[in-house]
Parts: sequence; structure tokens; C-alpha cells
Amino acid sequence: MDGKKKNNRAWFLVLPVVFVVAFTAIIPLMAVANYSLQDIQGASNRLFVGLDFFKRVATDPNIQDAFTRNLTLSAQILLIQIPLGIFLARLMPRSGWKASAALVVVAIPLIIPWNVVGTTWRIFTRSDIGLGGVLVNQFFDYNLSEDTTDAWATILVMDTWHWTPLVTLLVYAGLRSIPQAYYQAAAIDGASRMAVFRFVELPKLRRVLMIAILLRFMDSFMMYTEPFVVTGGGPGSSTQTLSILLTTIAIGQFDLGVAGAFSLMYFLFIQIFSFIFFTVLTLDERPGATKVTPKEKKAAKLAKEPKQVRSKLEKVQK
Amino acid sequence: MAEIRLEGVAHSYDGGKTYALNPITMTWKDGKAYALLGPSGCGKTTLLNIISGLLKPSEGKVFIDGKDVTDVVTDDRNIAQVFQFPVLYDTMTVRKNLEFPLKNRKVPRAKVAERVNEIAALLGIEKDLDRKPSKLRSDLQQIVSLGRGLVREDVSAILFDEPLTVIDQNFKWTLRNRLKRLHLATGVTVVYVTHDQTEALTFADEVLVMDQGSLVQAGTSESLFLEPQHEFVGYFIGSPGMNFLDVEASSSVLTHNGKPIGKAAKAGLNGSHRFGVRPEFLVPSKSGLEFKIDRVEDRGVFKLVHLSKDDFKFIAKTEESYDAKVGAKANFSFDAKRAFVYDMNKKAVSTVSPSSAGGN
Repeated sequence: MDGKKKNNRAWFLVLPVVFVVAFTAIIPLMAVANYSLQDIQGASNRLFVGLDFFKRVATDPNIQDAFTRNLTLSAQILLIQIPLGIFLARLMPRSGWKASAALVVVAIPLIIPWNVVGTTWRIFTRSDIGLGGVLVNQFFDYNLSEDTTDAWATILVMDTWHWTPLVTLLVYAGLRSIPQAYYQAAAIDGASRMAVFRFVELPKLRRVLMIAILLRFMDSFMMYTEPFVVTGGGPGSSTQTLSILLTTIAIGQFDLGVAGAFSLMYFLFIQIFSFIFFTVLTLDERPGATKVTPKEKKAAKLAKEPKQVRSKLEKVQK
Repeated sequence: MAEIRLEGVAHSYDGGKTYALNPITMTWKDGKAYALLGPSGCGKTTLLNIISGLLKPSEGKVFIDGKDVTDVVTDDRNIAQVFQFPVLYDTMTVRKNLEFPLKNRKVPRAKVAERVNEIAALLGIEKDLDRKPSKLRSDLQQIVSLGRGLVREDVSAILFDEPLTVIDQNFKWTLRNRLKRLHLATGVTVVYVTHDQTEALTFADEVLVMDQGSLVQAGTSESLFLEPQHEFVGYFIGSPGMNFLDVEASSSVLTHNGKPIGKAAKAGLNGSHRFGVRPEFLVPSKSGLEFKIDRVEDRGVFKLVHLSKDDFKFIAKTEESYDAKVGAKANFSFDAKRAFVYDMNKKAVSTVSPSSAGGN
């Protein structure tokens, strides 16, 4: 110790953030927690029900269906958008005015306001007057308000159009940060294009891809706007995401207890999934997390023993 | 192993507007160690990339063992290149890294294992073969990336592009010695690019000094120091660099502001020139030019004496025992074989002997 007292006054600088976060996140979340554990009819009329609402959420077939549906949607989105994003990023020019032009074009879907995106797509997909709808109708019967497959495909295409650019931009930035020497070394080693991608680019893109996958998973699992404006969750419940169902329960049916429990479970699922995903992917980057082979373990154990014991043990092992 | 010949090789990155590398014709002899020395942006790396084939020269031809390889792609040239920082495939073990160039060339598996073990033994990294390269010390990583070049049979040359840049200070010396030993053990032609003169002078049989895209002088470290044939060599090699002074020549007599400086050995020299002498060869003497001592840097084993006279300043490197008093007057002369006069193209034209007139 250097005898100096620790100065903790810097903590005061964090207070404004704590204050803001309290009002924007913690207190609203506590209200949700309140609703999920009590049946609240009015300010003075409430009943503690424990985990009843949670049980109802877990066993509700509608919610279960929406959960499976949303997981499927997220999985499909990741399977389409991540490879497509990498593919597009690799096609983009690396320098000069072409690079700038490509960046602007790719970024356009990202900077259009959400409600504009919704309205645009609603008109675009109309089978009577929409450019896309009419065009697709030339080849096969397309009607997103009647056909469940059409509705589902429309949501997928729309989300892909809207969010693949995010993956592309992230991967592009990742690719640009790979020093030229790696490509030169690969050329000297006689590596094929595929090998360059597999052994140079992909390992270097790991961190960016992790961020891209996390963001795309969270966003798609919370998807609301796209189905809300284009299909309204239908036909039937074929494009009803968890967010849409939650809104229906909370605001449509005003079933706040179930909605509260639903929200918390929803929130926790995304948190836990992201946490596990992140932890698994960064496992070998942690200090001291080196994989130790059994052979090395044995050798290390051996080294700790006193010398005479060691030589005996070595003989035994042989 | 091979002899590399460049014929009129030049390169421009912008289609001929400016040249990163001016035409160079030279031969790199088989089994020798060369150093390319020069400041950043002088064209060293461009030249190196032309030899390895990563860059196709805008002009000229490259020959390896008499065969024109100008249009041969890198991966068919059998050249090993080591970059500024260790370039390794991080997802592969050291062994996989070494196997990679052979597997890409469809070498039979048994042969691959044999070569990898051979090279690992040569480099002294047998025990690290099954580790991930990221777990190794940076100098060993650099050794592994060298190994990836050496693992191919009949490597024509090893090119080092400032290989010590990111190595910890403590290991720089070890790694340099190791590279030197490897050169001696393999007998492969080595080209070593650096901007550090100590590195170049200790590593190479022959040092090539480059400046602004041109080769300005090639020679042993000794000749570069004693006989700088170009102003840049005088300035860049040696610490501190050469002292320079604008002089006017008239029938080989050199004057500065009308005062005599010396006499060029070559007869009939006229017009504007530059006079240059290294601090090491500016020596205290009874006769010679009279300077005022401005400042003395005592470096322990020698002294750097900052001198001024009229409108110019010189630095002299004197013995530790030299009694220099700041503000005092002192006479300095120079060695006749070690002072040079350079023309306006910065090329040495003659040696200079001290003016017999001396003094003022």
C-alpha cells in the first residue's frame, strides 16, 4: 500500500447516468415486474399471485407457437443475411470513388425511417398496384393477405433488404482492417481464393461477425414493425412475432399480468441467449483459458513433484 | 538457391506520373546477404515486392537464374518473404502453418511431414509445433512465418521486409543473430530491407542504400562509411551524419564565401559544389580552419563538439580526452582521403585535401 487514501469522488460523475437509466429502464422494468407478480385491478385492489402468470405464459399454446415461429424466423434471417452480407462485402470495391459510392448505396436501406419503410413496402407488395406485387404476380399467384407462405416470404425479403446492409457494412469494415501482408503471404503460400477466405478472412472477421450475429438475432427476435405494417401478423397468426403477440395481449386484451410475465421472460431469454453466445465465442480469448491437452496436464503435474519422485513416476509411466 | 538479376526495373503506382522506383539494373549473387537500406518511402518495399512477384514492375525484367520471371506469379517463384509483423494463420497450429504452403501445392503427405520436421529442427521450434502461434513470443512468431517460406524445397531467396519492427527490444538482437545463422546454414540468397543502419551493416555482406526510388550506393558497410559516393549516404549512414557546406570551385580550389576550405584532388573543377566531411574525420589540429566551440556533448567514450564558423556549423567527433571549452576558439582539419566534394546531382566527384592556406 502506498498509504494514500483512495479518492472515490469520481463515482459522483456516474450519478446522472444512474438517474437517467433509473427513469428510462429500471423503474419501468420494476413496474412490469410488479404487474407480473400481482393481479392489479386498481390502485388499492391488488392480489399477490406469485408465479401464476409465468406458468400461464409458459403453457399458453399461442405464445408457444409464436415463440417457435419467431425462433424459426430469426434462424432463417441469420442463415440468409450473414452469408449474403459477407458475400456482398467481399464484392465491394476497396478504394477510390467506387468504394464511397458502394458504401452510400449499401447504407440507403439503413437510413430510411421505419414508418417510411413500412409504408413503402406495403404499397410495393400490393398485388394490384405495387411494383413488386404486380411483378411477382406475373410468374405465380402472389397475395400476402391470403397466402401464409407469401406473407412469410415477404417479411423475410423485407427484413433482408432492410438489415443485410448492416452485416455488409460490419464485414466490410472488418475486411478493410486486415493488413495487406496477409493476402501477400497467402499469395506466396499458393493459397486458393477459398483458402484465403477460410484461413485469413474468416478468422479475422470473427469478432465483427459475432457482433453482426448478436445484433441481427436480437433485432429479429424483437421484430415488430415489419409484420405490423405489412401483414399485421396475418394471415391468421402466420407472421405473428412475439412482439406483436405481446402488444396484442398488453394493449389489445389489456391482460397486464400475463403481458408483464411474458415481457420479463422474453427479456431474460434474449439476455441469456446473447450471453451464452458471447461467452462461447470468446472462450479462448480469456486469459488463462488455454486449452490444455491431457498430455500437457500430466507433464505439468509431474513437474510439481520432487525430483526423486519424478524420476520414479516417469519410469512407471514408461 | 539462385541469382536474381534486375534489368532496368522501374515502377510507378500512378501510371507513369511519378516513379516509386527509378530504373535499376543489378545482380543479387547467389548465397549472399544483401541489405536494402533507406528511409520510409524510398522504394525499398516496392523493390522487394517486385522480386517476390507480388508486384509486376511497370518497366524492365526480372531474372531468376537466368530465367525471365517477370510474368511469373508469386506462388511459382519459390521465394520466401517475411513481413514487418509476423503473418500467421491464427486458427492453425504452428505445424499446420508450416504444412500450408506444401498442402496448397499438393505435395504428398509423407513428404510434407518430413519437410516440416526438417524445417522445425532447423529453426529450433520442434517443441512448439503443436501450439497455436498466438501463444508464442513475437520473435518466435517471426521465425515461424519465415519457416512457412523455407518449407518449400529449393527456395530461391528469402526476403525480409523490416522483420524486427514489432519485436520486443530484448529479442531484436537474438532474432537478428538467429536470422544471420539461418542464412549461413541454408546458403540462400537473402535480401533484408530495413531503415536501421545498425541492422543493415551487421547483417549483410553488401548494403544497398536507396533514396527517393534510386539506388545511390552499394558496398560493404566499411566503404559506405569511409567513402560515401552520394550525399545521401553521408547523411543517412553514421551518427551523426556528414557535415556539408556549399562551396564554390575554381580550378579545383574550394572556397566558401571567398574563404578557402580545401583543394579537390580532381583537376579542373569549377562551379557550385558541396563539400562533405564526416564528424569522425574532422580532427583537432594546429593548422586548419578556426572554429568557435558552441556546445560539447560528452557521450562517455567520445565527445561531439559543435563548431561554428561565420555562417555555418560543423560537428566533430573527438576522443574523450579532447579538452573542449565552450566559447573557445579551436582549429580543426580533416583527413585528405576522407573529405569529399559532391556535384549538384549529389554524386561524389573527388576527395578533398585541406587547404594549405589554412586559418582564415
